[in-house]
Amino acid sequence: MRYLPLSDNDRADMLARIGVDSIDELFADIPEAVRLEELTTLPRRKTEMQVERQLSAMANKNVSAGSLPFFVGAGAYKHHVPATVDHLIQRSEFLTSYTPYQPEITQGTLQALFEFQTQVANLTGMEVANASMYDGSTGTAEAVLMAHRVTRKKKAVLSGGLHPQYREVVEGVSAKLPGASVAALPADPTGTEDILAQIDDETSCVVVQSPSFYGQLIDLKPIAEKAHKHKALLIAVFTEVVSLGLLESPGAQGADIVVGEGQSIGNPLTFGGPYVGLFATRQKYIRNMPGRVCGETTDAEGKRGFVLTLSTREQHIRRDKATSNICTNSGLCSLAFTIHMTLLGGKGLARLARINHMSAVALADALSAVDGVEVLNSAYFNEFTIRTPKNAHDVIEALAAKGVLGGVPVCRLDKSGGDIDNLIVVASTEVNTDEDRAAYAQALKEVLA
Amino acid sequence: MTMNHQGRPTRAGEAGPPMPHQTFTGNKALDMEEPLIFEIGHMDNCGVDLDEPMDFVPRLGNHMRSEPVELPALSEPETMRHYVRMSRNNYAIDSGLYPLGSCTMKHNPRLNEKMARLPGFADIHPLQPISTVPGAFELISELADWLMELTGTNAVAMSPKAGAHGEQCGMMSIKHAIAAKGEERSIVLVPESAHGTNPATAALVGYKVVSIPAREDGTVAVEAVIEKIEAHAGQVAALMLTNPNTCGLFEPEVIEIANAIHEAGGYFYCDGANFNAIVGKAKPGDLGIDAMHINLHKTFSTPHGGGGPGSGPVVLSDRLAPYAPLPFIRKNGDELEVVETTDQLKDGEQPFGRMTAFFGQMGMYVRALSYMQSHGSDGLKQASEDAVLNANYVRVGLQDLMTLPFGVKPCMHEVLFDDSFLNDTGVSTLDFAKAMIDEGYHPMTMYFPLVVSGAMLIEPTESESRASLDLFVATMRDLVMSAKAGEKDRFEGAPFLAPRRRLDETAAARKPILKWVAPEPTKVEPELA
Ligand SMILES: Cc1ncc(COP(=O)(O)O)c(C=O)c1O
Repeated sequence: MRYLPLSDNDRADMLARIGVDSIDELFADIPEAVRLEELTTLPRRKTEMQVERQLSAMANKNVSAGSLPFFVGAGAYKHHVPATVDHLIQRSEFLTSYTPYQPEITQGTLQALFEFQTQVANLTGMEVANASMYDGSTGTAEAVLMAHRVTRKKKAVLSGGLHPQYREVVEGVSAKLPGASVAALPADPTGTEDILAQIDDETSCVVVQSPSFYGQLIDLKPIAEKAHKHKALLIAVFTEVVSLGLLESPGAQGADIVVGEGQSIGNPLTFGGPYVGLFATRQKYIRNMPGRVCGETTDAEGKRGFVLTLSTREQHIRRDKATSNICTNSGLCSLAFTIHMTLLGGKGLARLARINHMSAVALADALSAVDGVEVLNSAYFNEFTIRTPKNAHDVIEALAAKGVLGGVPVCRLDKSGGDIDNLIVVASTEVNTDEDRAAYAQALKEVLA
Repeated sequence: MTMNHQGRPTRAGEAGPPMPHQTFTGNKALDMEEPLIFEIGHMDNCGVDLDEPMDFVPRLGNHMRSEPVELPALSEPETMRHYVRMSRNNYAIDSGLYPLGSCTMKHNPRLNEKMARLPGFADIHPLQPISTVPGAFELISELADWLMELTGTNAVAMSPKAGAHGEQCGMMSIKHAIAAKGEERSIVLVPESAHGTNPATAALVGYKVVSIPAREDGTVAVEAVIEKIEAHAGQVAALMLTNPNTCGLFEPEVIEIANAIHEAGGYFYCDGANFNAIVGKAKPGDLGIDAMHINLHKTFSTPHGGGGPGSGPVVLSDRLAPYAPLPFIRKNGDELEVVETTDQLKDGEQPFGRMTAFFGQMGMYVRALSYMQSHGSDGLKQASEDAVLNANYVRVGLQDLMTLPFGVKPCMHEVLFDDSFLNDTGVSTLDFAKAMIDEGYHPMTMYFPLVVSGAMLIEPTESESRASLDLFVATMRDLVMSAKAGEKDRFEGAPFLAPRRRLDETAAARKPILKWVAPEPTKVEPELA
C-alpha cells in the first residue's frame, strides 16, 4: 500500500523486538467475540489512477457553477478566488500542521491568525475577533449562547430575515438547554417586521441578519438602541462578507456580537463546507467569547511572537465550565480568507463589493422587465428576492432544464406556505456577465409564458 | 584551492570562528523575520485586478459605509513571499514526525486534495437543484456506507463539522430520545481521562457531569460505572467513554460497561477520536455503542490545516437512528432521496433539529473517501495494525528509560508515559518537550490525559518508517540520558534553535493584544523640535 512505509520484513523484525509472535497479540484486549478477521464486504485497495477515475465519474454527474449562468446564493456565494490563494494554502507547512499548541514552531499559523483576527475586527467594526468558528450558522448559535452568559438571561429573539437554516441551528441548541427560549419571527422578505416590539426585559439577545436571507438591508441602529435599553445584546449576522466592503459595518451600528459566514473570501462553494465562521465582539466580552484566540507577546529574547491565549475559557482547561466545546475550527479556511483579503485590501474589497452590487442591480432590472416578475426589496446588496406568478420550485427546475441555475426557491427551506411558495432568492456576483443575465431573463420569460 | 572554470573557490575551507554579530536584518539565512501585513501593506494598492465598476445609482438605501475599510493590500508577488516566509516557521507532518497523541497526525495524501478540487465537487452549491448534483449525494452516501460498515452500525449523521460537533450531535440525539420516551435525566458520566470536549459537550447540551475515576491500570472498571449509576439512580442519561481510551488502552470491559448503562436506561456515547487503532480489527457497533463520532481529520487523513477544518460524522445505533438530525439521505432501493425539512419525514423519523446550514463538510468527505478507496478493506486494516505496531515499537524502545504509568504492557496506537523518570533531574516536563524541538521534533501531547502526572502521549501513526522511528527513539533516549546526567542547560529555556525562544504566555493572557493597532505617532517634544 503506497501510504504505508513498513515492509513485511520490518513488521516481522519489529514484532520480534516488541517480543510478541503476532500482531494480534497487541490487540489482545479486544474481547475475542468481537475481533474481526476481514472486512469482506468492502472493496480492496485501489491504485491512484483507479481512485481518480471512480471519483471523477461521480464529480462529472454534477453541474458545476462555473459551467452555466449561475445565480444561487442564500448563504453561499460563487466568487472568483485568485490562484495564489489555493497555492499558498496547499503549502505543506500550512496544510499539514496542527493547532499551534507549540508556538515556537508554529509562528506561521499564529501570525496568520493574528492577521485574520485584525482583518475580521476591522471589517466588522468590532474591537476583537476570534480565530474562527466552523461556519456562519454554528457561529450564530454560539453567539446566542454567549449572549446568554453575558446577560444571564435566556430568551433569544430571532428576526424573520435570518437564514431559515441558521434559525434551525439556534433552535436546536436552545431546545436542549434548560430555561432557554427562542422567539422566532415569521419570514420577513421585505424587512418590515416589527422586531422592536419583541424586545423586553427578559430578552438576552436580538439576532438580525443584514443583508437578510432575502437580500434586504436592515437598519440595525434602532434595534441596537432598543436592545441596549433592555440590557440585551444585538447579534448582527451576515452570510455575504463581501457586502461589508460597501455597507456600514455592524459595529458602527451598535452591534455587540457580529457573526457571519466568511466563505465568499478565499473559499470555494464545495457544496456547503468546509466554510469559515467569522466571530467578533467588544473587548469587554472577550472572556465570554467561544473558540480559540491568538494574541501577541514576546519571547525570551524580547522578539515579538504570537500564542494561543485566553485558553482558560476553553474546553481543554475548563472542561464542563468552558465557554464552548469547540476544538478543531476552520484553520485553513481562515488562512484562505486572510490571503484573499490581503490581496484585496480595503480598497479592493470596496471595488469588488461595488461590482457585486452593480451585477445585482443589472440583474434586478433584467428580471423585473419579465412579465409577472416583481423584485421585492427596496435596498439590497448582491442578492434579492423575486416573486413570480408560478410556484418557485417549479420555476427553478424549469430554468435548470434550460441551463440556468436561477436561485433558491424559498419554499425549499421554509415550509410555511402561502406567498412564500412563489419567492426566489437570487444572487449575482462579479462572476456573472451581461450574457448570463440576459440568458436568465430570457429563460425566465419562457418558463413563465 | 580548487577553482571552477570561472575561478570561483568551490571548497568550503576551514570553519572559522562562530559568527560574531547579529545580522542587520534579523534574518538567519533561510530563517526570515516577516512583519505583519499591516506594517508592509499598502492602502492604495491591490493584488487583484478587478474591472472598473459600472457607473451606477446604488440601491443601498441609507446603508452605505461612511468610512472606508481600513485594511492594507499586498501585490501578488509580495503576498506570495509574505505567506511563504511565514509558512517556513511552521512544523508540519510533511517535514517531520509529529507524535501528537490523540491527534493522529498521519500522512495527508495529495490525491485527496486533487479529488476535492474537481469542479464537480468544489464548484457546486449546497442549494442548487438536487437534480443537478446526483454525484454529490452518491459520494456522501458511499462514504456513509463505508463508515457504517467499518463501525458495524446502520445509521450515520454526516453533517457535524468536527469531533466536538459530532459529540454535540450524538448527545442531542440522546437527549431527544430520552424526551421521546417521556423521561427526563440530568446526568452524564465522564471518566477523568476524557478529552475536554466531552464534559464541555455534556454541559452544552444541558447535562451535569459526574466524573468516573480511572482504575490503577488506566482503564474504566465496570464496577465504577455501576456505582455511579446506582448513586444517581434513574438520572443517568449517558456515559461518554473514549475507546481506545486516552491512555492508549483498549477498554477491556467495554461490553460490560455498555450493558450496564443500557440496563439503567441510559445511552453509550463513544468518543471515536482513537478509531485509527481498530479500523478493521473490531466494530464499535459490536461493542454496544449508541453513538460515536469519527474525526475524518484523524482516522481518515483529511489535513489538519493548522487547526481545521475537520469533519465529525456520528454513527448511531438503531435506538438512536430515528432522532438523527436533518438533513439526511433516505435510500429507497438504489434511489437516493434527500430529506431536508420536516414535511418530508416518514413514520418514525423524529430528527432533533439541525446541526449546521447545508450538508456538512463535503470537501472533507471527498478526501476521506479518496483515502478509503485507496486503502481498501485490506489497506485500512493494515494501517491500523501498523499504527499499533509503531506505537509499541516506540514503547519498547523507551520503556526502560521513561516511565509507563500503568506498567509494561502493550498499548494501542499511542503510548502514554508519565514524567516520573524526570524526578530529581531538575528538568521539568515542559523543558523536556521543548528540548525535543531543538532536535527537530514536534513534542508529543503534553499534560493530557489528566489522570497521570506530566502525561506525555506519543502517537507515531502508521505513516512513519522504521528508520524514522529508530531515529526518534534514539533521540528520545539521548535526551532522557542527558536529563538524568544533570545536563540541565540543554533543557532550561529550550528551544534555542527554533524561530522563536520560549514565548511569554502569561503576559499574553494578562493583557490580551488580539489585533494589530497602528502605533501612536511618536510625539516630537517642542523644545527638541
Ligand atoms: C479524544 C478526543 N476527543 C475529542 C476531540 C475533539 O475533536 P475535534 O477537535 O475534531 O473537535 C479530540 C481532538 O482533539 C480528541 O483527541
